[in-house]
Amino acid sequence: MRELSLHILDILQNSIAAEADLIKLSIIEDQAADQLAIKIVDNGTGMDQETQKEVLDPFVTSRTTREVGLGLPLFKRAAEQCAGSFKLKSEPGQGTELKAVFQHSHIDRAPLGNIIGTIITFLVSNPEIELVYNHQVNDQKFQFDTREIKDKIGDVKINHPDIISWIEDYLTEGLEELKK
Amino acid sequence: MKSLDELKDLREKAQKDIQNRDTSDKVEIIVGMGTCGIAAGARNVLQEIMKELNKRDLDVLVSQTGCIGMCEKEPLVDVKLPGHDRVTYGEVEPDDVSKIITGHVVNGNVVDDLVVARLEE
Repeated sequence: MRELSLHILDILQNSIAAEADLIKLSIIEDQAADQLAIKIVDNGTGMDQETQKEVLDPFVTSRTTREVGLGLPLFKRAAEQCAGSFKLKSEPGQGTELKAVFQHSHIDRAPLGNIIGTIITFLVSNPEIELVYNHQVNDQKFQFDTREIKDKIGDVKINHPDIISWIEDYLTEGLEELKK
Repeated sequence: MKSLDELKDLREKAQKDIQNRDTSDKVEIIVGMGTCGIAAGARNVLQEIMKELNKRDLDVLVSQTGCIGMCEKEPLVDVKLPGHDRVTYGEVEPDDVSKIITGHVVNGNVVDDLVVARLEE
């Protein structure tokens, strides 16, 4: 994938398929440690040990298990080829937690890219799933939580066009603030 | 800095909006969001669809699906008009989106040169 945010969009599809209704996405950029970490935690169905091994092996996955495919192996490789690491933690009924760490300055590290596009794309077609998005750059923090949005908009859907474009502006502003 | 309280005004406006709309038979647009679709550019296509729908103020249900096995034709976009066949468009570029929306969604004319499959109703 050309952008890390495309990997994130792809991994979010796994959480949707696992019937999660709460997904927590954290992106932590620490320039002093020269690290970029991406963590995704969901409360979906989770996986047993056997399945966890399978989803990380691009050659074992069978076409009948449609919710798994090339997404995780690609993400894992992206991290590992950037002097990083990849960890998958899951238990049936306990959800899934994955963490990919990249060397921030690594020449092969894809840019984070359009993370706002990823979040908007997710929200447009998954209005019922709660998303918490934490983004940290050194000691600056930004947080977005769909539950706070829903508190304010009541019975209006979060994927209403006016709400979506407000969220887009809100995220753009928040991220600009972070990068200052 | 934007404040969450601004959402209250948007809420009132949106509520009026919803009441004015006939919500019965909606057009549905479905975008393939499997690994293959995402790698081929489905995110940009979906964002273009939202932009186009917004511009024309169209009330369309936008949803997503996983890999359906036509990975080489991604990005795939399905358009389903109530009472009509579900039409699958393949290798859709953001530039094709306005053609599909004005041609098919608004005027009911299928954009033949982009069609890769049809699913009878």
